Amino acid sequence: MNKVHITIDGIKLYVPENYTILEAAKEVNITIPTLCFLKDVNEIGCCRMCIVEVKGAKALQAACVHPVKEGMEVFTHTPKVMEARKVNLELILSNHNSMCQTCTRSWMDCELQSLANKLSVDNVRFEGEQKKLPLDIGVSIVRDPNKCILCRRCVSACKNIQTVSVIDIVDRGFNTKIAAPFEVSLADTPCVNCGQCINYCPVGALHEKSDIDKVWEAIYDPKKHVVAQTAPAVRVALGEDFEMPIGTPVTGKMVTALRMLGFDRVFDTDTGADLTIMEEGAELIDRIRGGGTLPLITSCSPGWIKFCEHNYPDMLDHLSSCKSPHQMFGAVLKSYYAEKEGIDPKDIVTVSIMPCTAKKFEAARPEMNVNGLSDVDVVLTTRELGKMIYDVGIDFPDLGDSDFDNPFGNASGAGVIFGTTGGVMEAALRTVADILNDSSADNFEYEEVRGLEGIKIATIEIADLKVRAAVAHGLGNARKLMDAIKAGEEFHFVEIMACPGGCINGGGQPLQLSDVRNWIDVREERAKGLYKEDRATYIRKSHNNPAVKRLYKEYLGMAGGKKSHELLHTHYHARPNYEK
Amino acid sequence: MINNAKELTELKDFARKAMEIRLDRDIEPSPENHRIDILVCGVAGCASSGSLKVADAVEEQIQQNKLGEEVKVIKTGCFGLCAEGPIVMVCPEHVMYTKVTPEDVKEIFESHIKGGKIVHRLLAGENEYEEIRDRLPQIPFFSMQKRIALNNCGIIDPENIEEYIALDGYQALAKVLNDFEPEDVIDEIKKSGLRGRGGGGFPTGRKWQSSAVVEEHEKFVICNADEGDPGAFMDRSILEGDPHSVIEAMIINGYAVHAHQGYIYVRAEYPVAVQRLSVAIKQAKEYGFLGTNILGKGFDFDLEVRLGAGAFVCGEGSALMTSIEGKRGEPRPKPPRSAEKGLWKKPTVLNNVETYANIPQIIRNGANWFKGIGTEGSKGTKVFALGGKINNIGLVEVPMGTTLREIIYDIGGGIPNGKEFKAAQTGGPSGGCIPAEHLDTPIDYDSLTKLGSMMGSGGLIVMDEDTCMVDLARFFLDFTVDESCGKCPPCRIGTKRMHEILVRITEGKGEPEDLDKLEVLARNIKESALCGLGQSAPNPVLSTMKYFRDEYMAHVLEKKCPAGVCKSMVKFMIDQDVCKRCSICKKNCPTGAISGDKDTPFVIDQEKCVKCGVCMEKCPFKSILKNA
Repeated sequence: MNKVHITIDGIKLYVPENYTILEAAKEVNITIPTLCFLKDVNEIGCCRMCIVEVKGAKALQAACVHPVKEGMEVFTHTPKVMEARKVNLELILSNHNSMCQTCTRSWMDCELQSLANKLSVDNVRFEGEQKKLPLDIGVSIVRDPNKCILCRRCVSACKNIQTVSVIDIVDRGFNTKIAAPFEVSLADTPCVNCGQCINYCPVGALHEKSDIDKVWEAIYDPKKHVVAQTAPAVRVALGEDFEMPIGTPVTGKMVTALRMLGFDRVFDTDTGADLTIMEEGAELIDRIRGGGTLPLITSCSPGWIKFCEHNYPDMLDHLSSCKSPHQMFGAVLKSYYAEKEGIDPKDIVTVSIMPCTAKKFEAARPEMNVNGLSDVDVVLTTRELGKMIYDVGIDFPDLGDSDFDNPFGNASGAGVIFGTTGGVMEAALRTVADILNDSSADNFEYEEVRGLEGIKIATIEIADLKVRAAVAHGLGNARKLMDAIKAGEEFHFVEIMACPGGCINGGGQPLQLSDVRNWIDVREERAKGLYKEDRATYIRKSHNNPAVKRLYKEYLGMAGGKKSHELLHTHYHARPNYEK
Repeated sequence: MINNAKELTELKDFARKAMEIRLDRDIEPSPENHRIDILVCGVAGCASSGSLKVADAVEEQIQQNKLGEEVKVIKTGCFGLCAEGPIVMVCPEHVMYTKVTPEDVKEIFESHIKGGKIVHRLLAGENEYEEIRDRLPQIPFFSMQKRIALNNCGIIDPENIEEYIALDGYQALAKVLNDFEPEDVIDEIKKSGLRGRGGGGFPTGRKWQSSAVVEEHEKFVICNADEGDPGAFMDRSILEGDPHSVIEAMIINGYAVHAHQGYIYVRAEYPVAVQRLSVAIKQAKEYGFLGTNILGKGFDFDLEVRLGAGAFVCGEGSALMTSIEGKRGEPRPKPPRSAEKGLWKKPTVLNNVETYANIPQIIRNGANWFKGIGTEGSKGTKVFALGGKINNIGLVEVPMGTTLREIIYDIGGGIPNGKEFKAAQTGGPSGGCIPAEHLDTPIDYDSLTKLGSMMGSGGLIVMDEDTCMVDLARFFLDFTVDESCGKCPPCRIGTKRMHEILVRITEGKGEPEDLDKLEVLARNIKESALCGLGQSAPNPVLSTMKYFRDEYMAHVLEKKCPAGVCKSMVKFMIDQDVCKRCSICKKNCPTGAISGDKDTPFVIDQEKCVKCGVCMEKCPFKSILKNA
């Protein structure tokens, strides 16, 4: 890479020529404030917060997108620059519902508020008409256009990363807003509820539909037996809600906190993940041996499932019929567990703590039930759990560790890595390899399916088989992979996760601000936490999970058997786009 | 199909003969050579005052009088004198008739075509001419103009390529393909000093060069015909009156920068322009000026029309290109410049219609000829659309350096009703106003910028003493607020806040600090808006505040509108000394605000009065006073 000489605030630099002014300034420890900018996601220079003076330029320039050039002289804090940033922020604030006290972002950082603080905005001089638009409240996602500052990060996430494209800019000038086509509710669009828009929103304009009240109601109902299950990705992110470093594993503290909140039992969704591997592994072997539809595609990610139902309705038979781990586990809790513990399943309230907003939609699907009872009654996001812990005043970072409750106890390491891209694939390979080889392999870390490459393709030799495997994360990558499959590329097994990076970067995870995301890959840090926990686990293969073994022995019979099909499997249906 | 330059020249000579009576003013009408061309302006201005019906009436008269052999009707482009439309010109005499109705046509035929006597009552201007020769140049409206971009408008039939060829059309292309290397073309344009006519005034040759030097297989040239300034219709007139000049220029542009595909982005509100362009492109293809191996010289170029939905912002280069790509038309930050990464991220040259219309003549006549016209920094001519409080509303083309006074008083015929000139707005909503003290400034890019305005695309709106400058600023902000794309906060919210303040002031609710706020906002939007349109949006406010600050002060401090425009501050009163108690005002008042009779004085109830001014208009004794 060629390098160029530039000067920023009098400091001489020698930086790669593909740098932006923003990146170059960072090299000399100047963080230029940004608002709309999200590296690789939203690079449109629209918010006019990062504006700087470039010698010779007619007007102020957006540092986030302005490339450096040999001899360029940049000034980042002249009176003109500081005044313009401040005025622009005041203008944004003048059309923002500033009821901060009641905003979901009041306990998390709000980027707009931080910026107002950073730019010393002590007064909004330019008050005038404010927009008053109705909220859009869906099953998973709530949009509050009156909080929206039109940075378009959500649009870019939805369009560029996910290729779902259900929101975009509508109208113009002061009436500009973000909306779905024909301004219908998100619920009436092919929105998959992945919540990536929430992850990138700098303010409180997007958040999950809160179900916290439902949980408190159940906990304080003495008749109810309230059971929590926590997804793998939650444990490496929850700490972030309490200012712990990104990716810190907090499994033990989380279990302690859930008990303190009043849950009667705390289980690990990883057990459900192990169960999924048993079922899906059996399905895969069955399809390969029996000439079934290949590739088999994973069904753990409800965002992906809805995406497939909208966009690839002719390929639904590729999807594994397995319910997702927490749904399977919910079904087990309301059947096997209820029987075993002698509790009327009607009195059991299953609460899934998930890194995911799409799980709220999934849990509400009519197919997801046992004998008319929902597998999962309430889905909370990681953020919602954090909020509950915060609300009751638990000093989370100082908590001691606890173990998950019996009879399920701790699950396998294979279940843990479900939370990151490639994890389901690897977990399945660990089990399928042992079954097909009829032995127990010592070498079972499949590096080729790990990492953040958008689409990972590997051929793995198991017994006499060469298993062609593909892993995609983020729906844009999923679309590419599906198109390739449609075009004839052959695989045996495909893992698809709706969110970039998998569940660790799910739409329900603690928010990391653009200030962090622009410089650190949050996904990498969280994934590290999961792989670390996998290594530290005594049992690392799903089929070796003693609770799962017991479950099959005592209740389900065999993987893929009649009882499992009743409880643990589901079906899909094509969904039209924009029905009305 | 024209295969080479020689065939082109042969066709030109042939086609020119058929047009001689229109081109040669010395031809006398004679019984032996009884050929008459009746030119009827067929473009939007005259068409909206009924010229197409006039053309039909002419056609009908030809049929009725069985003059099909001798008389031909041609629907031409704009003559410029739009306020006097529909315009009809009879050649060879070059007699111009104005405000012609279909009913007048019969008289023109009976008296002039058949009887050889011109119809005096329909002549242009107030002069009655005895002689019919050469009267056109005598009218200052025409004599002080210099037509380059509009050269063929009003002379040729824009839907007939051979008429364009007759007037040296496509000769520049032939010259370039035969005698010029691509870099020679750029040198010639650079040497001519031509600057972009669309707003910014960037040197055209340099623009072409910056794209030419980028090594990329695929490049584009685009013509910006998204003329969006209120009151501006220069580009439309060129496209409607002489579409081939733009097409020829674009092919030359393609050759110079190594591009083989061009687009003309024209707003869908210009249906006539779109239709004529489509006809012209089709003909250019048939004659071999578009397509492969043009004039046998191995150069390929094709052209397509793209329709815009009429958003003002799509006149901004990057927004225009985004729109062509099929996306929401919005500007993007620059760099990268379009010359490097434009349409579909390929090197792209974007020129305005009028800029292109100059190119063929620069090539044909040479850069030195063009350089000889205009001022030091601004060469050639500029087309202005005259509007507002001016007698000759219409389209004029003058050499750069002509003063505002000459344009308004000599060419434009001055202000109607003997009113005083107050200011002129150039550059549309992106420009600023120029007050009377600068009437003698020679107009070019640099002088206008110095005055706080800009050339813009050439809209020139004249205001008289009855214009409130605060209200004017509000009017332009109305437009900007409405047309902001909404991408960046300074424009999206800033112009809205400025507008709210201006509304407040014009409603008599302004506070002194509002003026400071206006200035802070204006300065900030200018500095930090994302695109050129946003950055120039505060100009009307800044320039009116600069030149007419006392008017702002009067609104804010005394709650008075000196021009008597802002309704909430206007008060109508009856001067009892003058009033004859005739009760005409009372009868005409639409809200019953006036009371009085023979025995009681007439008074206006200010609560009921809606300040429509009807009473003042109707009072035969001038007893009603405004703002007394």
